[in-house]
Amino acid sequence: MTFRRYLVLAAVAVFASCGDVCLARGMRGFGVVTTANWPQLFGIVLNPWVLTGICLLLLFFGTYLTALSWADLTYVLPATALSYVLMAFLAKLFLNEHVTVSRWLGIALITVGVGCVASGPAVAPAVRPHRERHEAEVHVGSGARGDA
Amino acid sequence: MTSAATWGGIAAIVITATTGDVLQARAMKEIGNLGVIRKTHGVLEVARRILISPWFMPGLFFMALAFFSLLVTLSWDDVSIVGPASASLTFIANALAARLFLKERVDHRRWLGALFVACGVALLAH
Repeated sequence: MTFRRYLVLAAVAVFASCGDVCLARGMRGFGVVTTANWPQLFGIVLNPWVLTGICLLLLFFGTYLTALSWADLTYVLPATALSYVLMAFLAKLFLNEHVTVSRWLGIALITVGVGCVASGPAVAPAVRPHRERHEAEVHVGSGARGDA
Repeated sequence: MTSAATWGGIAAIVITATTGDVLQARAMKEIGNLGVIRKTHGVLEVARRILISPWFMPGLFFMALAFFSLLVTLSWDDVSIVGPASASLTFIANALAARLFLKERVDHRRWLGALFVACGVALLAH
């Protein structure tokens, strides 16, 4: 794992959380969606918060696909879970939501989980018959650290 | 009280989201490192390879299904139960699905990480 790859993973978390917060902020102006007013949902795309949220989520999707192109799914998903922590902070700052003790505990647990996964190899060798397994481990173990 | 319908909705979100993630991951694994392709062939080639991948569009379809399942389920129950429940269960389901369908080797470190994250996300509900 290079510094650049950690940057991509950080970008996934930042774009995802900021995008969601922007959408939530924009949807506050809309109110409750019912069977009577749902066609107006198409109009809300013009709301600047919603528009920013959509752009950020497109950036999230691009960085997410990039990360998946060089790392396992079981690496990318937990490693980018810091987005939940960021979202809690952003919700407190911009949406004035209250962050309780159990939420702080949740944030701590997520951080530990992210640390567990992110410090390991980004690509683990596929499950193979027993005889081949040792060889694959050695090969990927050296490759995951050395590449750009 | 969380109803059976809510749990059905949560199950639908978890299944469609996991299917979408696994299909996208499969697409990207087959295409290879996007950074390298962009450097050697340019951004348009990256877009072309993603779009012609047989796994990408089905993956996008299931991600859209997951999004609409979330919207529908949110209209049945509070975001504070539906959001964290579906997100944390999706972490566990993804670890299982990646092991089964992508043949990823999910070691103790990754299981522990997924479990910690899932519990943490569930706690964010309170």
